[in-house]
Amino acid sequence: MDIPRIPLGNWIEGGLNWLTSEYSLVTRGISRFTQTGINSLNDSLMWLPEWALLAIIALLCWKIASIRLAIGAAAGLALIWNLGLWNPMIETLTLVVIATFVAVVIALPVGIAAALSERLYRLIMPALDFMQTMPAFVYLIPAIPFFGIGSVSAIFATVIFSMPPAIRFTTLGIRQVPVELIEAADAYGATRGQKLVKVQLPLSLPTIMAGINQTIMLALSMVVIAAMIGADGLGSEVWRAIQRLRPGDGFEAGIAVVILAMLLDRLTQSLRKSRQ
Amino acid sequence: MDETRSVKIQVRGLSKVFGKQPKKALELRDQGLKRPEILEKTGQTLGLSNISFDVYEGELLVIMGLSGSGKSTLIRCLNRLIDTTEGDIIIDGENIPTLGEKALLECRRRHFSMVFQNFALFPHRTVQQNAEFGLEIRGIDKVERRDIAHTALKQVGLEGWEDAYPNQLSGGMQQRVGLARALANDASVLLMDEAFSALDPLIRKDMQQELLQLQSKMQKTTVFITHDLDEALNIGDRIVLLKDGEIVQIGTPEEILTQPADDYVRRFIEGVDRSRVLTAESAMRPVRTTARSSDGPRTALHRMRDHSIDSIYVTDRDRHLLGLLEAETASRAIEAKAETITDYLTQDFRKVPPEEPLQNLFAMFSEKSFPIAVVDKQQRLLGVVVKGAVLDELARAGEQ
Repeated sequence: MDIPRIPLGNWIEGGLNWLTSEYSLVTRGISRFTQTGINSLNDSLMWLPEWALLAIIALLCWKIASIRLAIGAAAGLALIWNLGLWNPMIETLTLVVIATFVAVVIALPVGIAAALSERLYRLIMPALDFMQTMPAFVYLIPAIPFFGIGSVSAIFATVIFSMPPAIRFTTLGIRQVPVELIEAADAYGATRGQKLVKVQLPLSLPTIMAGINQTIMLALSMVVIAAMIGADGLGSEVWRAIQRLRPGDGFEAGIAVVILAMLLDRLTQSLRKSRQ
Repeated sequence: MDETRSVKIQVRGLSKVFGKQPKKALELRDQGLKRPEILEKTGQTLGLSNISFDVYEGELLVIMGLSGSGKSTLIRCLNRLIDTTEGDIIIDGENIPTLGEKALLECRRRHFSMVFQNFALFPHRTVQQNAEFGLEIRGIDKVERRDIAHTALKQVGLEGWEDAYPNQLSGGMQQRVGLARALANDASVLLMDEAFSALDPLIRKDMQQELLQLQSKMQKTTVFITHDLDEALNIGDRIVLLKDGEIVQIGTPEEILTQPADDYVRRFIEGVDRSRVLTAESAMRPVRTTARSSDGPRTALHRMRDHSIDSIYVTDRDRHLLGLLEAETASRAIEAKAETITDYLTQDFRKVPPEEPLQNLFAMFSEKSFPIAVVDKQQRLLGVVVKGAVLDELARAGEQ
């Protein structure tokens, strides 16, 4: 007996098509808005001369973290500049910053809500598992009909891919606040809002920062992959090197990604430590 | 205890069942079943069963019981950190179990401050900010709450530590912060949940003394939870004894010790039974200072001041007890320019032989606050017994 194949793919496509046509106004609006954001951040970062931005970043590293990180950052950025990868690096940084910003803005309230409501928690956690384990490339496909080829689609896919840790860590952080402290807040007649602002959020801040750090790292890895749907930046340098079979160019761009990743990671980690 | 004192909190028929079918458990309870059978039949835990007692205005009520007796549940029912299953808790005319969410918050803010076993200080706030917490929640403005919190910290001896963080303090100091947070809040009832149990014994004793001193100054209605008999006897005006979620006995420390309601209480204060063999001699302390019959009133008064006491026993040269001189009388003698104090002595005190059973001494203390004099057959003063010493002695016997 032949069991008919379940047309799961067709259903999903149908749903996506319907979404695309019904909400084209919305997606186009988002697209234009995001593109403007990307362009203006890009332009302002590129408007600064390379040495000035390099100095600013090094100074920031020195203030927030250590002189060692500042020296490392300056050396790494100087290498990228020297390799002629400065502009792609800025484009990648812009995508990471915007994607992370959007992801965190969505993740914080969702994470808080999941921490406070058991039902929501049970609803959201499997969704996060889905978002994280689905191969990242798959998000790129529906992004194109929604937002067209280019950076906005890259951001869309990146936000979905990188958001889960921020939600998870926020939820975890709030749930980890010791019961006694919640009890103490209750005993003195704190409202839910007061409890959240005065006790739960400040105490879970280090954990939330760890989540944001993870989100930044995932976002960076995704914006590189997003070069496949036409996102600018270091990823497209790698992509071009693959197509032309030039391992040297590929590694150069790859090293630039590594430098950027380490810089962002150390910077956010020390931000977290200084808060503790 | 003065029966006419006004009642601050009335607890009537309070029960608490942990589980999803509380009604079933209560039905079985009404059929006379006890906690273990109810748990077996319904899977519900009967945490508290039909608890009724009063908390008087200004008293320090100790709720004592072993772990599992329901004492923590009971104190949390009072401010409804735990919802009750049945019964009333009435404070100033409000029935706490029936309050809506908003009224409950208001009630907690106005009526309850709480001190916790493991301090429950906020690690991200300074000592000062911790002490301000209750006031901040109530929306008191910055300047005012800083002053109030500062006063409270001063009261518990933490002046100068305002900017420290809790993890920089020792356990005893942390609990002082916990106490300051409660005092600053100035709610009408202070709830103390095993507040001193996490402290080491020496510090615990100190904290008990300090609490008693604060209490004598402020007369704050306090409900204090403990599993420690010594502590209960030491600080309680009255004690509520809990076992398996039920009240076994309510009474003053003396009543509990001398008239245990049943075998459980008797076993609980086991060794305290030995009060029958414990005598005045065992609780007796040497007299720190006495006056001689030949002394003038100024000398006698001076000695009292030196030892911060209000009265002094007067003996002749061979330590025969002649009488007691009160500070007030001594002052009068000075005004009257009396040469000696012999005319100003009172006999209005208790004296007992060293072999007097300790339990008989309780009743004597309720009459007058003078130390009881212990004299031998020749009426020579051997020593004195103060109230705390009797309880200490009994409690120590209980531990052995």
